[in-house]
Amino acid sequence: MSSSSSSMSSGQVEDVAEAAPAAPPQQRLVLAVDDSSVDRAVIAGILRSSKFQVTAVDSGKRALELLDLKKNVSMIITDYWMPEMTGYELLKAIKESSELKEIPVVIMSSENVPNRITMCLEEGAEDFLLKPVQPCDVSRLCSRVLK
Amino acid sequence: MKKSLFDQGYLDEQFYQLEELQDEVSPNFVEEVVTLFFRDSTRLVTNIDQALEKRPQDFRKLDACMHQLKVSASSIGAAKMKNECTSFKEFCGKESLEGCIRSFQKLKKEHSTLRTKLENYFQLLRQVGPVEKAVRSGK
Repeated sequence: MSSSSSSMSSGQVEDVAEAAPAAPPQQRLVLAVDDSSVDRAVIAGILRSSKFQVTAVDSGKRALELLDLKKNVSMIITDYWMPEMTGYELLKAIKESSELKEIPVVIMSSENVPNRITMCLEEGAEDFLLKPVQPCDVSRLCSRVLK
Repeated sequence: MKKSLFDQGYLDEQFYQLEELQDEVSPNFVEEVVTLFFRDSTRLVTNIDQALEKRPQDFRKLDACMHQLKVSASSIGAAKMKNECTSFKEFCGKESLEGCIRSFQKLKKEHSTLRTKLENYFQLLRQVGPVEKAVRSGK
């Protein structure tokens, strides 16, 4: 198998969109957060195929750092279960910030736990997607959230 | 060749979903994702191997490690691996070390077999070129 794979290594902020051709100015930027390099690559691929610019990071902490720098994030899609800061904790931090609270946040999880889903939606999450995330889920979601 | 991977249960629909994401901008998307998977899964398998040696056994930690592996396996459509991960987690729930060890041996075998088969598949794709990639085998 190819050794020249994705360079989304742990601890790094990687702008996946930089590998793509120049995007039209109106293209929306989505921030993807997942500690799994495989899932980051998959969600970034799905978003890119839907013509979104994507920046993928591996932790909630990195996400907040990036949100401090980039003011044009249209949506955040984050895994729920991450070490140090869960997706729920990231969601809370965003919704408690006067600068960030209007950014739609979507949570992903591999586990269908009703209490977890309810908790996230009540905290202000736009949606809760079960992994493995499908392109049609993201397409439907983005149409609704980013109209 | 791809059809046999599906027919034998190594891969499921998720793999097709990944292939649908390949385009001119990312012509090797699936191979890149699979490479990431085997990089991460090899590390996780090593961690679980070491964790199984420890006494007393921490079944919660084992379960958590295996959960990571299961999620990644699901994301690339590695069906047999995903099923074996589920089996292992069930043994963790029952705190059956013997069951975990047995299941883990099967999982390592599936991991190794899948790696070989996918390496061969991607090598074949590189040899055949775009024609093979354009044809989606029947399910």
